[in-house]
Amino acid sequence: MGVEMRPDDTRIDLEAAEASASGGKPGELYAENVSAWFGAHKVLEGLNLRMPAGHVTALIGPSGCGKSTFIRILNRMHELVVGAALSGSVLLDGVDIYGPEHRPTDTRRRIGMVFQKPNPFPTMSVYENVLSGLRLTRSKASDRDALVEQCLVRAGLWNEVKNRLRAAGGALSGGQQQRLCIARALAVQPEVLLMDEPCSALDPTSTRRIEETIDEIREQVTVVIVTHNMQQAQRISEQCAFFNVNEGEPGMIVEIGPTEQIFDNPTDPRTADYVHGRFG
Amino acid sequence: MSLDVNDPAVRAETTQREAPPSLPPVRPGALRWNDVAVFLGASVSSLCLVWLVYERLAPTSGALGFVICWVLTFLLVYWIVERELEGPLVATDRLVAVGIGIVAVSLLIPLVSILVYIVYQGLHALTVSFFLRDMTGVGPQQSAKAGGAAHAIVGSLEQVGIALMISVPVGITAAVYMNEVKGNLTRPVRMFVNAMSGVPSIVAGLFIYAIWLLQFHHSFSGFAAALALSILMLPTVARTAEEVLRLVPDGLREASLALGSPEWRTTWSVVLPTARSGLVTAVILGMARAVGETAPLIMTSFGTQTMNWNPFSGPQQSLPLFVWQQYQLGGGAQGAPAFLRAFTGAFALIIVVLILFVIARLFGRSKLSAR
Repeated sequence: MGVEMRPDDTRIDLEAAEASASGGKPGELYAENVSAWFGAHKVLEGLNLRMPAGHVTALIGPSGCGKSTFIRILNRMHELVVGAALSGSVLLDGVDIYGPEHRPTDTRRRIGMVFQKPNPFPTMSVYENVLSGLRLTRSKASDRDALVEQCLVRAGLWNEVKNRLRAAGGALSGGQQQRLCIARALAVQPEVLLMDEPCSALDPTSTRRIEETIDEIREQVTVVIVTHNMQQAQRISEQCAFFNVNEGEPGMIVEIGPTEQIFDNPTDPRTADYVHGRFG
Repeated sequence: MSLDVNDPAVRAETTQREAPPSLPPVRPGALRWNDVAVFLGASVSSLCLVWLVYERLAPTSGALGFVICWVLTFLLVYWIVERELEGPLVATDRLVAVGIGIVAVSLLIPLVSILVYIVYQGLHALTVSFFLRDMTGVGPQQSAKAGGAAHAIVGSLEQVGIALMISVPVGITAAVYMNEVKGNLTRPVRMFVNAMSGVPSIVAGLFIYAIWLLQFHHSFSGFAAALALSILMLPTVARTAEEVLRLVPDGLREASLALGSPEWRTTWSVVLPTARSGLVTAVILGMARAVGETAPLIMTSFGTQTMNWNPFSGPQQSLPLFVWQQYQLGGGAQGAPAFLRAFTGAFALIIVVLILFVIARLFGRSKLSAR
């Protein structure tokens, strides 16, 4: 994969040659020196993380160390909280999304998000739910039926709902609802898809289907997934970032690296403790 | 605390080969025929006992006293019998359940009796022409069937309709401001809305009289009445709508924002439709407040005997005002034709309210089948 890793450095550098040779795929996210506050309370400190295009990055770490806060900074949802503040920059394809000339709504359309608790819109049917992103952002689609089918197929839900596209969005099971939310997020053609513990509330079958979905879409959509399930991180991600927090201090990234290396041969002892289940 | 695997009792549980024969399902606490029989028997026996003592033996009389004694005796008998049959625990439980049931049912008594009495009295003057004619040229001594309340019905519908058109958008906008926008003025707005809900209806009428009629030199009209009614409706609609918007889960707003929707579009396309049936309830509650108000109408629309289709000019009649004015004409005498007409007017008011509620509920029904 051409990834270079220096043991005492917590950054992964894709070789510049490789990046330009592949044509600089759209959807590369780079969080540079990001810190976050809630009011006066600092919760994240100086994070640097490159999430390469077309790859799956997993964010792992114990509860409460700021992974969800970090992922919300990536699509400008953090600033919706009253009293929230941040510093640093987040570069999507080299352009800072927090620049004054960029609308948050445009950013959120290009960087989609799937939440922990499935939240399909209850007043809309399955069909309307998938297209709701287009409606809410006033985008057009040339062939709506084909788009709905394509998104539901990618989300692994088409066979189960193809006969009841007009049924209420809330009438599906939990796993189906989450896959509907993924289809909805894919319908606006994002470059990046952020997933905040999408499978934590689901049964193993739905979890497996969602992981299959992530596998299918990883070429076209950069995926950043927060997960507590370390086997899941090993199964689907190519790069892992281990977050940690000490009492009374803001959260930070301890180690970043290719997944096999993080789990089999981590550099930092704290990483080794976490992935082997000694705390967490 | 771990199991001792050498213990034969544990072994027997974990190495079971055959499943035991499955027993029929039991619903604990469900009603059986036995319970119904005890209930009926206790009520009949307590009735007989109270009749014997109350009517024949003791120097007491009166229906209310009889009913109270019967209920108390019934509770006592029921408790004693249940204690013998099922034990003190179940007896106390059943006693409290029955007692609460009796209280709940007795709450229906005033409501039902009002309805029944109005329908009964209102039937005297109820004809088809009641809904088609107005009171032009009808003298106070003519029969109750002369004349009609068509002008009052039209007036009520027009005034409540205009009041709805004013107070529903303003009320829902206020609720959206308080709950979705959460601007800096949220607390003062909430305070003023709560204060407004305490304004007496006659003060609202006087206010509109002073401002609209005197200051701006308008005459009595249905529109002035609608203004007064909207002052009364607005706080109810705003407060109920705010409560209902609060019930919409935050996850839906987040999902909409994460798709790239601006906040106003999230509110318009996601939050308000989700809260739709609750907003309809808010509108119904506001309508219920407004449609029966009489005091503010006296000095804003003044009332008239003739049909007035134009709410913007000239005095207009409405149903509660009609009831009050007919009562006054009749002098409160029991059999006076005007007095009977007042009851029919009240009957018509109830029917109009019922129809408005049904229409509102039809509006609020979700188009999707909820499973």
